[in-house]
Parts: sequence; structure tokens; C-alpha cells
Amino acid sequence: MNWTTVALIIFVLSFLQATCAYLIYLERKVAAWVQDRKGPNRVGPWGLLQPIADGLKFLFKEQVVPSHVNLVLYFVAPSIAVVTTSLAFAVVPFGPTDAPNQSGLRYVIAPNIDIGLLFVFAISSLNVYAIILGGWSSNNKYSLLGALRSSAQIISYEIPLALAALGIVCLAGSLNLEKILNMQAQTGLRGWFFWYQPLACLLFFVCALAESNRLPFDLPEAEQELVGGYHTEYSGLKFALFFLGEYTHVITVSFLLSILYFGGWHLPGIAEYGVHYPGAELVKLLVLWVKVAIFILLIMLVRWTLPRFRFDQLMHLAWLGLTPLALLNLLMVMVVQHFELDYWLLPVSTVGILVGGFTLLTSRELTKVPTTSEV
Amino acid sequence: MPIAKSEIRWVDEPPMRTWEAIYLPAILDGLRTTVRHMFAPKITLEFPEQKPQLPPHFKGVHRLNRDEQGRVRCVACYLCATACPAHCIDIVAAPSPWPDREKYPEVFVIDELRCIYCGMCEEACPVDAIELTTLYDLTGYSREEMLFDKEKLLAIYDYTVGKGTERVRTKRGSLGPASEIIAPDHTISGFSDDRL
Repeated sequence: MNWTTVALIIFVLSFLQATCAYLIYLERKVAAWVQDRKGPNRVGPWGLLQPIADGLKFLFKEQVVPSHVNLVLYFVAPSIAVVTTSLAFAVVPFGPTDAPNQSGLRYVIAPNIDIGLLFVFAISSLNVYAIILGGWSSNNKYSLLGALRSSAQIISYEIPLALAALGIVCLAGSLNLEKILNMQAQTGLRGWFFWYQPLACLLFFVCALAESNRLPFDLPEAEQELVGGYHTEYSGLKFALFFLGEYTHVITVSFLLSILYFGGWHLPGIAEYGVHYPGAELVKLLVLWVKVAIFILLIMLVRWTLPRFRFDQLMHLAWLGLTPLALLNLLMVMVVQHFELDYWLLPVSTVGILVGGFTLLTSRELTKVPTTSEV
Repeated sequence: MPIAKSEIRWVDEPPMRTWEAIYLPAILDGLRTTVRHMFAPKITLEFPEQKPQLPPHFKGVHRLNRDEQGRVRCVACYLCATACPAHCIDIVAAPSPWPDREKYPEVFVIDELRCIYCGMCEEACPVDAIELTTLYDLTGYSREEMLFDKEKLLAIYDYTVGKGTERVRTKRGSLGPASEIIAPDHTISGFSDDRL
């Protein structure tokens, strides 16, 4: 262990948590703007101190521990939520990866991990333990029911998520996130995997929403319908930890989206591979973060655009919609790679798959809405 | 009578075509609406700094009107107390010290916490003595404080009169001695009424 890594871990962890706090602020602001309101604006200028007030509130709230809970698991569950989502960030590069950097800084906690993407998926899959343990240890029917359906959702959506990312892995021939990123950056704008994998990108985005419990897939929380889902019995800081986990997940997912599909820190003209003009490093860093911010904003906007899915629709979408599409996409990549066909076939056939697949799906008996005469 | 079978017309949901089935166009359409609203003018009124412009028919805190001699207009007829569905008006009548009317209210208390602000009192009043104002931010530290007596209600009149937000709602012409005195050129509401 060297001290750079320790310092980096401390920096990244604190940065993540501060970002999460301000993401909640942004979430509330965006929610307000979308609803033609102004949002929090009382604490500090433009309400900028609101996250601090919220944090203090969570901190000083009475820590209610119901008498009927399984104490150990009850306390472990929220920690798992935070630890897994933060740990997944360890291999995600959050800055330029085309070393050597002039400043000598490193922009990933664990550089050159060859199982990078696999690590992210493996660790963030553990997040389901937080939910199921939270629901189980609460010894409360509603918590358990909420936990059950949440875990069903998260496990279901992990499959198309991983399958969608597998397309990239096949194309890049590596699980290493830095290699995947550099590969795109070296080819230039044309090299962004989005152009070859638009369908996978869409699938990844949709599944990522489901994985991080964001609307329209926020059945685990579903404030308006459930008693509260798996975190019914949680309050104060432990409740905040669950949310911290969720927002960290949103950040990680946005990073992954930009890195896997949109060239990470690469932007033609100002942030090219191997170009080291003064300040280039900062520009690259900013480019990546702006991309991430765009995705976070998009995720927040989607929240106010789409209504929540019903549970059967949710499962239907995952198993009959996204998984077959992801498999077809993977097959397509394999065919193109194996027969060494031209890459432009990928996006073209994507459109075919998308249209054909959904037409097929909607024409099925399963999705058919019975007509009134049949009823 | 049951609805005849022939009168029932079943309307089926149109089947989803490919364009709808891929969902994306609809989602993009929705996103456009969301983004448009994000930049739309905000309707939030930042209350303590900005006050709402309430219409004159708003039913807020009561006031007791004065006549042109500054006396309370009320003739203690109990019509408002009778009309009140919440029983929040408490009047004690006494012989009037003035020659033009028989009675006047010695005590006139409205429990503002019990009041449901329906405006029945002002509709019942034959002499336009009780009125609801556009004051809405009514607060107090105790229940006793919210029992508004005659002096307080008259003070509310003094505070709100001539502010342009008031209106005499019930104008029924001459009904009794008290109303006759003020009828010809009453200026309480800040404007004269041709009908009187």
C-alpha cells in the first residue's frame, strides 16, 4: 500500500459524498423547475447550503431502532448499500487515462485492473444484499415485501445490463475500463462505441436506471404507493446511507455510460489522445465530468418524464424486452467480429433489431390488450 | 332503468404500432415537455417577501364596519350569530346610546379559530355591519388571542378601510334606521354606489 492510494481513496470518498449531497439538492431543484416551481432557496444563496442543513438534520435526528429488528443485520444493511456502491467506483477512471500525466496525478484508485468492468458489476450486484437484508432484518411484512420485489427487479435488470456491456467487451477485447476508454480516444470521435452500439447504450442506460432504483423503476422506494419499501423501519442517518448508496450508484453509472459509450474524457479538438498542451489534463477532466453531469441531469429529467412501471410491466420489460434485445445485440457483435465484417453493419442492424424486436414483442399474445368483445 | 344493450358502444384501445411500440419517440416527446417546463417562468410566490394579490371577494378575517359618525354600525340583531354554521359569533346586546336605533352590541366577539370563513354572517347582516376582508395571514400565540372582540374588529376596519381591497357585498337598500342613515352617500367602501 502506498500513501498516494490512501490519499486518493480519501479524496474520492469525500468527493463522492459531497457530490451526492449536492445531487440531492440538484434533484430537488430540477424537480422544482420541471414543475414550474423555484425549489429550495431559503438556506444560503439559492439554497446552496440546503444539503448541509439536510445532512445536519439526518445527523441529529433521533436514531430510532424498532424493538423487533434483527440488530446486526439491521445495522449492516445500510452500510452495505454505501460500501458496495463506493467500492465499485474504485476501478472507474474519473480523469484522463492517457498517461503520463504532467501533474503526476492518478485519476483512478486502482489503475489497470484487467477485470475492471467485471469488478464493477460484481460489486454493485452485492448491493442487492443491502436491500434484502434491510427488508429482512426489519421483521416487518411491508419491508420484506418491498425488499422482495426490489431484489427481483435488481437481479432481473442485471442480466441485460451485463449483456449490453458485453458487446463493448467483445468489440474492445478487454474488460479494462482504461483500455476501453483509450481505445475510443485513440480512434477519435469515430471510435466512440456509441456509434457501434447505440442499442446497447440504450439498454445500458435503461438497466442502469433500474439498477440504481431511479424512476421509472423506483419500485423499491415508490413513496406514493408503498409504506416505504425495504427502508420502512429506517430513519435518520441509516436512512440517509441508503440514499447515499443510491446517489453514488447514479454517479458510477453515469461515469460508466460516458466511459463505455461516449469516449470518456475524449472530445475531438480539445481533448485528444496523447495531446499534452498546458492544461490539457484539466480540460480532459472537465470534459469527462461534463459528460457525467449531462447523464445525471438526463436521469433526473427522465424521472419527471415517465410514470412508474407496474411490477408485471417491469418484469415484462426486463425479460421479454431488454434481455432478448441485448442477446441479439451481442450476437450481432459476435457475427461481425467473427466474420470480420465492416463495423458499420452494427448500427444499421441495430435499427432493424430495435424495430423488428419491438414489433414482434408487441404483436405477441402476451402483451396483447384484450379487446372489449373478448372481455 | 337499465341501459339497453343496443345503446352500449364499446370503444377499443387502438393497437400499438411499431412507432409507439418502440416507446422512444413518445419518451423523447415527454422529455421535450419536461425540458420546456424547466425553462418556463416559475409560478412560485415567495411569500413573506411577495404578497399575493387577492380578489376583493376573498373571505378572510372579519371586520365590523363603522358608520359615517364613526360608530359601530351593528344593531345587535343577532342575524349573523344565527346564520353562523360554526356558532363562532357571540353578541351581547344593550340599549343603544344613540337615538336612531334601539340596540347596539355591548359585546361582539368572533372566535376566529372556530370560524369557517363561509361569509354567511355578512350575507345575513341587514345593515352591512359585518364584512370579511382580504386579510388572510392570521396568526396568534394562544386561543384567547384569537377571540376577536368589538374593538379589535373595529380596528381591523380602520386598518383595511380605503385600501382598495374591500367591497360592501350586501346592498339591499334601506332596511332599518341604521342603514338609512348611511345609505345616501356612504363612502365606507371607498366608492359610491349608484343604486343606493
